[in-house]
Amino acid sequence: MSAIAPTVARPRITLSNLGAWFGVAPFFIFALMFLIAPTVYLLIGAFQNHDGGFTLDNLARLGQPSIRNSYLLSIEVSFTSALFGALFGLCLALAIVRGGLPGWLRPTLMTFSGVASNFAGVPLAFAFIATLGRMGFITVLLNNLGLDLYAAGFNIFTFTGLTLTYLYFQIPLMILVVTPALDGMKREWNEAASMLGASQAQYWRMVALPVLWPSILGASLLLFANAFGAIATAYALTGPSLNIVPILLYAQIRGDVLHDPNLGYALALGMLLITGLSNFAYIVLRARSERWLK
Amino acid sequence: MKRSSPGAWLAIILGVTYFLAPLIATFEFSLRLKRGEYSFEAYRLVFESGNFQSSFLYSTTVALATIVIGVALAVPTAYWVQLRLPRLRGLVEFITLLPLVIPAIVLVFGYIRLYDSSSVLPLTGSAFGTNILLTLGYVGLAMPYMYRSVDTGLRAIDVRTLTEAAESQGANWPTILLKVILPNIRSAILSGAFLTFAIVIGEFTFASLLNRPAFGPYLQLIGASRAYEPAALAVMAFAITWACMGLIQLIGRGAPGAQDTR
Repeated sequence: MSAIAPTVARPRITLSNLGAWFGVAPFFIFALMFLIAPTVYLLIGAFQNHDGGFTLDNLARLGQPSIRNSYLLSIEVSFTSALFGALFGLCLALAIVRGGLPGWLRPTLMTFSGVASNFAGVPLAFAFIATLGRMGFITVLLNNLGLDLYAAGFNIFTFTGLTLTYLYFQIPLMILVVTPALDGMKREWNEAASMLGASQAQYWRMVALPVLWPSILGASLLLFANAFGAIATAYALTGPSLNIVPILLYAQIRGDVLHDPNLGYALALGMLLITGLSNFAYIVLRARSERWLK
Repeated sequence: MKRSSPGAWLAIILGVTYFLAPLIATFEFSLRLKRGEYSFEAYRLVFESGNFQSSFLYSTTVALATIVIGVALAVPTAYWVQLRLPRLRGLVEFITLLPLVIPAIVLVFGYIRLYDSSSVLPLTGSAFGTNILLTLGYVGLAMPYMYRSVDTGLRAIDVRTLTEAAESQGANWPTILLKVILPNIRSAILSGAFLTFAIVIGEFTFASLLNRPAFGPYLQLIGASRAYEPAALAVMAFAITWACMGLIQLIGRGAPGAQDTR
């Protein structure tokens, strides 16, 4: 065996690092058993019929109206909450990075974002019911001011209500993800642009946005995937009435509502495809943005 | 120093309003149980309920087990990857990020099918086995945060020199990991632990579908059957999350490179 390994060699097991391989083995066994195998099991099941034979039928049946509508609704909720989450999150991040605000605001907002982006699930639904439910604080407050939200067609247990609730963790997530990118924008670029006679609008259109858009788009995709996989908040808020894909899958796991386990696997495959692609695009875009913002 | 821009103030004021309104509203709502006066009656009822106590205790226990197993997996892995197997870094990091890509509901669906009572490893066949499965599932869910925290902590210390020093004193691997490395990345581990706790304590999807008497399903049940108690519980849940994040900040202040929460 040659003493000097070629630099392109794959990691290989030698006597000197045998201990190291033993050290990382539990991690790989864990990953295989509790992350990879369960997922692969579903993926394979999505391409099998009842007798275990190969079929594309399950995937084709995802197109039936009830399932297709679930996907559309899920995509709509995720898209809307990602769009507004990205927009408002970007505004807030810009405000703390470039707004010339008092210095204590930034760490406060960042810490709060860390908390709020993790404050999801069932309690978040409770908080919004207490705020904008029929007897909620804001609803009652506005009622006393002569503005009846519910008469105006608002309801917390609907699409709008769910989207508004999701923003509570989407905006903070956007702030956390996009602030480092904004920090990477060098002040000199702005100065150089204005010295060359560019207006602020031109600077943003021709310098800042071309550098920032991969970060912004990437973060938006992360938000999209984040909302798409979420279930607890929606389940606690709307129950089974708003039939987004995770809730449909939940019902399928609970009681085989589709009367077909393999169709359930296909449903899971569809979800995984959407979150997987969004995350993949996020990673690609982040790598692209790091070219400039390092 | 630049002047404050009015647009920035507007954004901040709108943001603060949106973020604070639900907190104030929920707190106010939680005090409304007694007609005509504010009281902590809803909190009292929650604390006195046997289901609250048992489910909270259950989830706390699972969270602690999750933290112990998570640390036991993340520390040796990050250590060996950094010291001896740097080529595996990309693969390991990719795996630790998988739980952010695979929705929890998909993962637990896989568990239920793969480890059902008729399979080779029938974990869901007994309550004990299901507890194990739930805990290991949580280890996966928390892995992106735990691994990253530990890895950042390891990068901030000189792993190689510490290891060589310990080796020259005749220490073996377990001793090095437990007595030399672990104390040096204590704050990174604590950060990962608190984040794990915040994620696990109210988790709903895994616990509900594996039929475990955890805090998340209890919350959902109360939400469906009571009016004021859910608000009180939401206030408590927010306080727990806030406490975990606050502790992470506090711990991180002293340690280099251990302040990132995401």
